[in-house]
Amino acid sequence: MWETIINAAGQTFYMVFWSTLLSVIIGFVPAVILTLTANDGLRPNKVVYEILSFIVNVFRSFPFIILLIIIIPFTRFVAGKSIGTTAAIVPLTVSAIPYIARIFETSLRETDKGVIEAAKSFGASDFQIIFRVYIKESIPRMLNGVVLLIISLIGYSAMAGTVGGGGLGDIAIRYGYQRYNTEYLVICSLILIVFVQLIQMLGNHLYKRLS
Amino acid sequence: MIELIHVKKEFDNLEVLSDISITINDHEIYGIIGQSGAGKSTLLRCINGLVSYDSGEIRVGGELVDIKDKKKLSLLQKRMGMIFQNFNLLNRLDVYDNVALPMKFWGIDTKSPEAIKKIKNLIELVGLSDKMHSLPRELSGGQKQRVAIARALVLDPEILLCDEATSALDPSITREILSLLQKINKEMGITIIVVTHQMEVVKQICERVSFLKDGRVLAEGKPEELFIKPIKEVKQFLQEESGHLPSDGVNIQLFFTDESSDEPVITKMARDLNIDYSICWGKLEDFRSNVFGSLVINVKNEDQDNICRYLDDKKVLWEVL
Ligand SMILES: Nc1ncnc2c1ncn2[C@@H]1O[C@H](COP(=O)(O)OP(=O)(O)OP(=O)(O)O)[C@@H](O)[C@H]1O
Ligand SMILES: [Mg+2]
Repeated sequence: MWETIINAAGQTFYMVFWSTLLSVIIGFVPAVILTLTANDGLRPNKVVYEILSFIVNVFRSFPFIILLIIIIPFTRFVAGKSIGTTAAIVPLTVSAIPYIARIFETSLRETDKGVIEAAKSFGASDFQIIFRVYIKESIPRMLNGVVLLIISLIGYSAMAGTVGGGGLGDIAIRYGYQRYNTEYLVICSLILIVFVQLIQMLGNHLYKRLS
Repeated sequence: MIELIHVKKEFDNLEVLSDISITINDHEIYGIIGQSGAGKSTLLRCINGLVSYDSGEIRVGGELVDIKDKKKLSLLQKRMGMIFQNFNLLNRLDVYDNVALPMKFWGIDTKSPEAIKKIKNLIELVGLSDKMHSLPRELSGGQKQRVAIARALVLDPEILLCDEATSALDPSITREILSLLQKINKEMGITIIVVTHQMEVVKQICERVSFLKDGRVLAEGKPEELFIKPIKEVKQFLQEESGHLPSDGVNIQLFFTDESSDEPVITKMARDLNIDYSICWGKLEDFRSNVFGSLVINVKNEDQDNICRYLDDKKVLWEVL
């Protein structure tokens, strides 16, 4: 039993780690474009902002379980197969990208307008303002967003069991719920709770240190 | 020299600056005063190229401020440091890194011995050597503004633009910051433009001042000229009431400026002319350590001519109210 569970914990960690990393890197790009083109941004552009914003909203409004299924062709294209732990990273990442885009956009746009104006007044370029002011000032807020993302990805990774993703959630459902092995159910849930708690605590600690 | 020639600016059909012409000389401390919404900040931001203007010309040291020519504009901005009402420091950088930031924008190596020395010297100039590695949230308002001043000086500007730099500070800290600005002006020869709605600021440091209302310059000159004998709009701005003056007899207001404020004119006149009058209202004010003032006296109708002739003789400015 323990081997199964430790194995599953490893799978959960693997899925959550990679989908977080990839979605943060990829989601960063639309977040910066949204920040730049917003009406209070450095290069206001209503058309670009509205189109991008619409796309982000569309992807965010898909229930994860449906997204999981409709992007199966895409998953197969990217991961080479549509089933398995590695393949599950694809839908997890796809669902996390718009979330990160929005969270990072909000974090960046909370940067004090006065500080941006000060940077402009010293002749800073837009590029410098993005990196040295917006991002620099927003790191603690962005970090908070990533913590929330990780926690919800732990939840979603359980659903990824549906496509053979494995992980703690999968074990809890298959062994615990479907085969009435309450022990599995309890232990998997406890590990997930501890996971979430640890990440939240680490996040809070980092937030305090960084801000 | 900073020249504004017929500058106009609208925000969505609201005329914020209408036909502003001002010339500011090198090494002077120039004030722009007016009520909230008068367009003061907009004017300053036009000079710095943070916002565009619709027509007219703004020239800094002969160079046209043109927001479309980004390269040239940023070179001009380098020559103009700016400080703000809310200090606008980066919360996550310590004092040292905040001061160093503009250098980073200009690709100056902040690790070089010269750069380190310069940054430390500026922090010392503003009196914060012991706070070198404090974060802004650990500083008081006055200290934050000192950091902002050091930051504004790090690129060796010729001009320092101050937008309500002391409005968030209490009176004694305001005086300290103003002395610091004065010191920077004297020792480094930096031209300073202060935008403010506080009379105290103008009185304490400005050599010349413009009074702005509804986007127009209604009066310009030395602060003592503007405020000792104010025009109607300035009087409204100062909310100055000469109180209830007597309705019989004649009320005469005297203005004491440079030359006349030393002599005891009032008592001397009573003795010389051998007449009596009552003093109804008065004020004395400090302008850059010179005292100027004004006084209202109530005289009998028959003494008016005598008194006016006497005052002209003594070169005291007067006005019958
Ligand atoms: N970006 C903007 N868009 C639209 N209107 C603006 C903008 N900035 C300023 N205004 C308007 O321009 C007018 C002048 O504003 P400005 O900030 O220059 O006044 P101010 O004299 O600095 O006032 P305060 O003492 O309150 O700072 C105000 O009516 C203001 O609402
Ligand atoms: Mg203002």
